Formats: sequence, structure tokens, C-alpha cells
Amino acid sequence: MAIYAQRRLINAVVMVLAMAATGFGVLWLVLVLWTLLWNGIAAITPALFSQTTPPPGSAGGLLNAIFGSVVMTLIATLVGTPTGILAGTFLAEYSRGSRFGELVRFINDILLSAPSIIVGLFVYELMVIRMGHFSAWAGAVALAIIVVPVVVRTTEDMLNLVPNALREAAAALGSPKWKVIVMVSYRAAIQGMVTGVMLAVARIAGETAPLLFTALNNQFWSINLNAPMANLPVVIFQFAMSPYADWQVLAWGGALLITITVLFLNIGARALASWSTFKQ
Amino acid sequence: MSPATARQIMSLARSDPPETRTDPSLRQKVLIRDVDFFYGAFKALKNITMPLHDKRVTAFIGPSGCGKSTLLRVLNRIYELYPGQRASGEVIIDGENILSRGMDLNLLRARIGMVFQKPTPFPMSIYDNIAFGIRLYERLVHHELDDRVESALRRAALWDEVKDKLRQSGLGLSGGQQQRLCIARAIAVEPEILLLDEPASALDPISTQRIEELIAELKADYCIAIVTHNMQQAARSSDYTAFMYLGELIEFDETELIFTRPKQKHTEDYITGRFG
Repeated sequence: MAIYAQRRLINAVVMVLAMAATGFGVLWLVLVLWTLLWNGIAAITPALFSQTTPPPGSAGGLLNAIFGSVVMTLIATLVGTPTGILAGTFLAEYSRGSRFGELVRFINDILLSAPSIIVGLFVYELMVIRMGHFSAWAGAVALAIIVVPVVVRTTEDMLNLVPNALREAAAALGSPKWKVIVMVSYRAAIQGMVTGVMLAVARIAGETAPLLFTALNNQFWSINLNAPMANLPVVIFQFAMSPYADWQVLAWGGALLITITVLFLNIGARALASWSTFKQ
Repeated sequence: MSPATARQIMSLARSDPPETRTDPSLRQKVLIRDVDFFYGAFKALKNITMPLHDKRVTAFIGPSGCGKSTLLRVLNRIYELYPGQRASGEVIIDGENILSRGMDLNLLRARIGMVFQKPTPFPMSIYDNIAFGIRLYERLVHHELDDRVESALRRAALWDEVKDKLRQSGLGLSGGQQQRLCIARAIAVEPEILLLDEPASALDPISTQRIEELIAELKADYCIAIVTHNMQQAARSSDYTAFMYLGELIEFDETELIFTRPKQKHTEDYITGRFG
């Protein structure tokens, strides 16, 4: 019985430690969200969505920044998602065990963990200097470069979870390989793949560094993708650092907006994924 | 041919005692000749030669790792999905060597149905599971497709259980139902040969019995090859049995002979449970 009592004791101790660790993590998350909500809720007004960024001392909103963020995130996702899914499919379905596949996977992992400011500098060199000015296009490209490795990784991981027996069963019916992948592998992995794309969108929605070097900022309303464009992260950065109280309130509002959007994107993605795939 | 001659032939046929003549319905569908198989450097099949007859069930038995599943996987070249696996020799189906280089693997596999050890329903509806294979090679209007799906499910003895939930996921069925779904999927494309790789080993006795009844019915139309660990199953449901050991074909004969008067000592030891 001594062994049993000892086991129970160890179990209790480890359980308390695990719960404490969980509590510690959740505590900070709650504090961050609470602070954000406390300070940002005052800025959530109709003006936030209908007026552009003001000069210090006058009333305004974040319309141009919201628009810029949405446009650049959208373009980056539209470019990065298909690229990432195709590359992830290549790794999982076509290059298993090949040396070239290993190389691609290795490079993708490096890209995945590259600091985003490096991506910003890279696109600055590649596009901004050659074009001679900052632009929304450059911002979208920088964000797309961040999306790709995330989507490649999640796509490959999710496809690797699809049992080979399923692929064999489809191939045994005389199905060409592309059809096995599209009709069977993708269907089996769709939930994880959608989650991966949403994770990538969530990540770029708050990226500041790559935009600082590419899209920069724009105080005025602009839909010209060939010119600098306002965006939430850079506006938050600029306004939060400023000495003006009304700018700081707008920065809190912008931060809250991004957080809520990302939260709903995640919830929406999960709901969509569980609706579109069949449950056991 | 005059009606009288026809009658004469018919009566001749009837008067002939069935035991003494060679079965006229017996037709060799597949001839496996000098087949070797390699997993990388490991030789898993050694010089296998044997026939498979049309409208008959041939069982492959033998201890684990003897190569019986491997041999089955040669017949539709499914092993080609994996680099490093290769077969040599000849597998002749209706006069054509399917191991030859120019063979179109998709068209080959469309002619040969396969059912695996674990049920493998696709993550789609019951209806689409069956329609998947049909849609690959045929363009059918809606009601024709519906008819094909229904008849496949009926033949697999699953129709009554799923007819009200064809649009629900195939993953929601029980293990035995999933396996019958897979059999329905395989026969829906009207193949010539059916390969069953331990189709009942993951199932309970009642589901196993249903699968065996199914095999007995399907035999009328197909050339069936079944891999099984269960010797009673081989004895019950097959017409021919091949006993394999360590990659070699030890004995191939009519099931009745294999289980009553095996020629090889090795075979006898295995079927009487002295090893394996």
C-alpha cells in the first residue's frame, strides 16, 4: 500500500503544479484582454469606423487604417494560401523521403521562424527601393511571405495525419493521384488546413514590423495600392507612442479591434470547419 | 441450329455426370508466373506461380509475414504508391501482362476492386462513397447514378440499413457496416476481379458472417482472391487455397484437398495448428 499512497501523493502534487501553470498562463491572458477592453472600449464609436485618422487635437477614427489592414491582409492571404497549400501538398504527397523535399522543408522551417522585421527589410530592398516609394503592394507581399510558411507547415502536417490506407483505397478504385489528393486527402484534412490558414491570417493581422518598411502609413484616405497605405498595426504603433491623449485612445481602440477580429476569425474558422467536414 | 439439335445438346449435357467431366465454367482469369517481389533489398516473394479462376474464390493462407498480402497487392500494383517496392515476373490477366511497363495503372485498378483489412470509408457521404468510383470513369445522369448506388448497396447487403441516410457521413456507420460500404464501393464500378485483404479480421462474428455470405453471393460474378488469417474462413468460403510460407508458395490446390489431403507436410502442420 505504501507504493499506492506514494503514487497518490505524486499524482496530487503534479496535478496541483499543472493547474498552477495553467492558471498562471490564463491569468496573463485575462489581464491583457481586460486591460485592452478597459482602455479600448471607449474608442469603439461610430466615428472609429467612419472617419479617417485625425491630426492631434481633432476628432477622427481609423477608417483608412482599417481599410488598409483589410486590403493588405486579404491580398496576402489570397496569394499566400494557395501557394502554401500547393507547397504543403507537394511535401506531404509527392516528395516523401526525397532529398529535395527535405531541403524544401528545412528552408520552410527557417522562413517560419524568421523574425518578421527581416521579411520587412527584404521586401524593402526588393520592392520599395526599386519602385522608389512605399506602397500597399509591398506591404501585401511582405505579409504574404509570412503567410506562406505557416500554411505550408500546417498543410503538410495535416496531410501527413491522413492514413495511407485511405489513399490506397482511393487509388485502388483507379483514381488518378490528383483526384486522390483533392477528393480524399484534402477532405480528410480540411479542418486542420483551414485552421492553419486562420492562424496565418491571425498572425499577419497584428504584424507591424514588415509593414513599417513597406506600406508605411498614410494619414489620408487612399485606395491606391501603389502608394503608402494606412494600416492598424503601424497606426497603433505611431499613436500609442505619441504624447497626445486622443491618439492614445484611438490606439487602444485599434488594438481592441484587431484582437476581437482575430478572435472571431478563429471562432468562425472552427465553426466552418466542423460544419463542412463530417463528424464521427 | 435447329431446335432438335439444341435439345439433343441440352440432354447430352444433363446426362453427363458432373464429377467426371472437367467443369466447363472453369476459366483461368489470372496467371501469376515467376513473380518475385522486393521491399527495397528484402525479397518478400520468391518465384510464385499460380492461377486464379474466374467465378471462384481463391484463399491465400499462411503465417504472418509469409507474403500473402504482398501477393494480393501485386495483382493491382497498389504497391507502386511506395517508392522502393517492386515486382518482377508476369501477372497475366486475360492474356495481358499487367506488370509490363506500359500498363496504365489507373485503368488497371478500375478493373480490379480491393477491400482492405480496416474499413476505409472516405470522409464523405455514404452516397458519395459509392459514387466516387463510378464517377471516375462514367458520366451518368442523376437517376442512373442513383440506381447504380442502390444496386451496389443492395448487393453488399447494406441498403436496408442506410437507405434513409445516404447523405450522412460514411464515418458514422459501425465497423461492419463500414466494411460492407467498402465492398459496395468496390463492386459499384463493376470490376472483373475482387481482392479482399483480411476483410473480416477487424470485425465481430456476426459482421464476419455477413461478409462471408456476401463473398459466396459475389462469387457468381467475380474472380475473388481473399487473404485470411482464419483457416475456418478459408475452408468455408474458398474454392482454391494457396498456402504460403516465408515468401514461397508451398502448395496450391482445391480447398477441399488442401484441408483434407494436403500433399506437403508443411501445409498439414499449418492447417492442423502445429505451427503458425
